[in-house]
Amino acid sequence: MSDNFDIQFFQNFLGALQGHLLLTLASVSVGIIISIPSGVVAQQLPHVKRPLMLIISVIQTIPGLAILALVVAVLGGRIGFLPAFIALTLYSMLPIVRNTITGLEGVPKDVSEAAKGIGMSRRQRLILIELPLAKPVIIAGIRTATVWTVGMATLATLVGAPSFGNYIFTGLQTRNLEAVVVGSVASAALALILDAVIGLYQERSIERSRGALRKRSFFVFFYKFFTPTVLICAAITVFWPVKPVDVVVGSKGYTEQHILAGLVSAELNGAGFKTEKKIGLGSQVIFEALRGNSIDVYFEYSGTVWAGHMGREDNPGRKVIREEVERYVKKQGMSFVGFAGFENRYALAMRRDRAAELGVSSLKDLASVGESLKAGGDLEFFGRLEWFRTRQMYDVDFGEKLVFDTSLMYGAVASGEVDIISAYTTDGRVAAYDLLLLDDPLNAMLSYDAMILGSERMAQRPDVMQVFSRLANRIKDSDIREANRMVDVEGLPVSTAVVFLQSIID
Amino acid sequence: MIEFNNVCKSYDGGLNFAVNNLVLRINQGEVLALVGASGCGKTSTLKMVNRLISPSSGFVSILGKNVLDMDLQDLRRNIGYVFQGVGLFPHYNVRQNVATIPSLLNWSLRAIEERCSELLTLVGLPLADFGDRMPRELSGGQQQRVGVARALAAKPEILLMDEPFGALDPINRGELQEEFVRIQKSLKLTVVMVTHDITEAMLIADRIAIMKDGCILQCDTASVLLNDPMDKYVTKLMETPLIRAAKVTKLISATQGSDYIR
Repeated sequence: MSDNFDIQFFQNFLGALQGHLLLTLASVSVGIIISIPSGVVAQQLPHVKRPLMLIISVIQTIPGLAILALVVAVLGGRIGFLPAFIALTLYSMLPIVRNTITGLEGVPKDVSEAAKGIGMSRRQRLILIELPLAKPVIIAGIRTATVWTVGMATLATLVGAPSFGNYIFTGLQTRNLEAVVVGSVASAALALILDAVIGLYQERSIERSRGALRKRSFFVFFYKFFTPTVLICAAITVFWPVKPVDVVVGSKGYTEQHILAGLVSAELNGAGFKTEKKIGLGSQVIFEALRGNSIDVYFEYSGTVWAGHMGREDNPGRKVIREEVERYVKKQGMSFVGFAGFENRYALAMRRDRAAELGVSSLKDLASVGESLKAGGDLEFFGRLEWFRTRQMYDVDFGEKLVFDTSLMYGAVASGEVDIISAYTTDGRVAAYDLLLLDDPLNAMLSYDAMILGSERMAQRPDVMQVFSRLANRIKDSDIREANRMVDVEGLPVSTAVVFLQSIID
Repeated sequence: MIEFNNVCKSYDGGLNFAVNNLVLRINQGEVLALVGASGCGKTSTLKMVNRLISPSSGFVSILGKNVLDMDLQDLRRNIGYVFQGVGLFPHYNVRQNVATIPSLLNWSLRAIEERCSELLTLVGLPLADFGDRMPRELSGGQQQRVGVARALAAKPEILLMDEPFGALDPINRGELQEEFVRIQKSLKLTVVMVTHDITEAMLIADRIAIMKDGCILQCDTASVLLNDPMDKYVTKLMETPLIRAAKVTKLISATQGSDYIR
């Protein structure tokens, strides 16, 4: 088991390194190719310079995650390398363009005048004199851009491009501190190494532009051997052949999804298929990704499709929703494998003692006391159909509504920081913290039957579809709740929960 | 050889003129100095020859041809340009600095090497000793010599100089001035030079054009300017070095024999 884990870990690490490095180098390279000419043009044409600097400065102020989401949206929901590459390229431009302009403006006036006076053309002056003299400043910009890009490439995980962010985000969601540390340290180390290489090159170009090239020194040794070594290693890493993957498994960004993705991967690997995981995808992104064959399989919930993708606002009951959702996803061209067997719906939850104190056991009881309660919701709940329906049907509202990351929400209600939260019915922490799920007699909450969705291209792979089908109708509410509890409450690794579920299925 | 035909230059759309209706003729092989206070228009005048700036009206011609009709790069390569800032390319060594234009003109490597050797010998910095040095390793005087060599690389017949010796100490300055006269004679260069130092103009130039407020007050040999000045400003300017020399002589004779000068 532990040996197995280490090999898995190592392969994952190489994959993350390769993805991270490739993304960084590709983005910065294209960033350089676009930015230096832009900087040159901008420096010569003041009416280009101002709008250009404005645009790329604005790009820079957009948060990294938002720009990734925007690019994914612009590309029509496409995920993976391309949107991450485009976003990072845009992000890398500012320091390079700015430093190109600064560098060219910093060329001594005497030197430019001499170059003009002896009869060099505009082009010759630029290529032979001005760019070489501006080079140290331009390289400083490239250095900044590279370090930024390495940092931001961790976010690429969230749009399905592998990077060290895989460790960071899985770790954050499953409260695995080691994984977060591995991801962060690896990313920081990569940034430092690239920074050092470019730094050496920058030193060298400063000497060259000043006409003070050192001939023999430790520095030169370092420059001549360290830099090529790193570049060769980088090239090997980037071009290391990756075995083609049979199935790409997707997951949203919370524990249950990580476990389910792990389960599908484990089952596929057991049947001899090579898999790749794309984790931490948002609900909109993951659905589009499946439709576009960017991922091949993931676990979706009927209520999410009903409200989120079909845009329905009514609640005709669990059975009708199941049927209509199944029909809808098939119409979208996806392969509907089957329902998993469990349901993970929203339910408002209170600490048992607090509920008893207030005499609350159902949503109906909240109308009178709601105003005096402090409520905690996950990132989406208070903007979702469930909440609007609850508010209207039970005529309830809360005195204060706070938004939490899921991992913190349960702790908040357990410690009495809030009185009531938007819990998930399969969450292991409901039992662990002895929470009471309030009854919903009017069906304000939609049903969320978990189902296995495959991509269109999987329809041509009956061998793979057969493995998927083995998972249908095998996992009960209590099973998934126990698996979630192992990770969220006991702090066991996701792989342990996966083994537990496998033991139930087989 | 070079003619200014009613040349005007205004930097503010015609409100003020840096150069006002200038008419001037510089003969082949002649050294002409433009002398005047700062802002009198002498540098603007000079830069209109190699089109570093363009006239607002009128035109400059070389051998009867308007410079605006010539190819800009050809024009500049056929006119050497030396100025106070020197502007050696810091990332090129001495040889590469001198060879810049011959390389761009695709001379053969041998021709370039010969030309560099010839020019550097001419300015007193033998190629073997100085060719591989970088500009920052040279003194101010040496840098200006390389600047002169670079300006002469493409065998120009005309040389423009803007305060070429301005940044040098007096000893270097004197030496370089003398060497310049030798070089100019041997290459039969036509030279237009800007200076505010009337002594320098008297020592080097065949004729001196005294400028004030964008106009030439008088243009003639030093002796004519001294003996037959057409303006009070000319008189004052021409007499200054003589008066100063007399004062210095007097000062020295007064202290002669004392411990101050042995």
